[in-house]
Amino acid sequence: MTTEPIKVGMADLRAAPAPLTLITTGLGSCVGVCLWDPITKVGGLAHIMLPDSTQSRSIQNKAKYADTGVTLLIEEMVKLGAQKGRLVAKIAGGAQMFNFPGASNVMRIGERNTEAVKKCLEQEKIKILAEDTGGNFGRTIEFSTTNGQLLIKTISKGEKVV
Amino acid sequence: MKDFSELNAIQLDALKEISNIGAGNAATSLSLMLGRKIDMSVPKANIAPFNQIMNYLGGAESEVAGGYMRVDGESPMGILFLIPKDQVYFFIDLIFGQPLGTTQDLNEMHFSALKEIVNILAGSYLNALSAFTQQVYSPSVPALAIDMAGAILGEVLQQIGEFSDYALVIENVFIEQERHISGHFFLLPEPKTLELLLRTLGVL
Repeated sequence: MTTEPIKVGMADLRAAPAPLTLITTGLGSCVGVCLWDPITKVGGLAHIMLPDSTQSRSIQNKAKYADTGVTLLIEEMVKLGAQKGRLVAKIAGGAQMFNFPGASNVMRIGERNTEAVKKCLEQEKIKILAEDTGGNFGRTIEFSTTNGQLLIKTISKGEKVV
Repeated sequence: MKDFSELNAIQLDALKEISNIGAGNAATSLSLMLGRKIDMSVPKANIAPFNQIMNYLGGAESEVAGGYMRVDGESPMGILFLIPKDQVYFFIDLIFGQPLGTTQDLNEMHFSALKEIVNILAGSYLNALSAFTQQVYSPSVPALAIDMAGAILGEVLQQIGEFSDYALVIENVFIEQERHISGHFFLLPEPKTLELLLRTLGVL
């Protein structure tokens, strides 16, 4: 059976059962969070854009932020039969595409996104099995709910599976 | 106005009109710089939620050169100039007055030249805008990245992300007729800048 991968857009998230594949294209400073329950084979992918919803004036879209996005992704996966205590994580992205001379802290948003995602996962007691973050290049990621493998594609640094 | 999604047709037309004037100015500068006739398309103004915005750009994975400048202060906004990767070399040849096809690889000097192009385009665009709004815009130095369109645009959109779930993208395409070389110029105003613009235009 071939199934079209489910596309997850920027500031969006989706949960899906096996054998579906979740894909998000062109991650720059955004962070892709992939969660997986190895027993029920329910997977989820969130394309996180900003670190912290409490710093923001618009929180209609929970998938946009690390804190609210991770929580919502877990909820969506539990609805499909995943058990929170079994979830494991793989994360990718958090690059810095543009390098402004004398860039302030505010500009290092990739790094801040990565830190925020890790903190949220730690709070939820979800172990990070693989991480491919940082650098100054974009990533496209494909997450298999069948085996929990994450394919990471780049233009200048090749492909890898984690 | 709370969100970009509430803009009406008249407001969008007004925004396209000032963008047309700004881009006309920029096209003239580009034409002078390259010594060639540069045409420009009718501007487009798209409002879309973040998860759909890439559809307007020919896909998040397409490889592009992106020059990005930020305008801070009273009217914060982002300016992004995208050239498809396969056309960047032609662009460089035009800048340096070389036969098309000479450039096969990008070096530091090419990077500087591309940044300078973005600088000049944004400068002429903002000058035109300034004449309209009586505001002074002080753009940052340009930054350049060559990578996936989605990764590049994502970083630009993050600035707006704290205020809105939608982005307003005003796009002008510059076209060099002979070789069909095109560059896409994007203006991404933050909500408060948009309000100022609309007020100046008398459509708010």
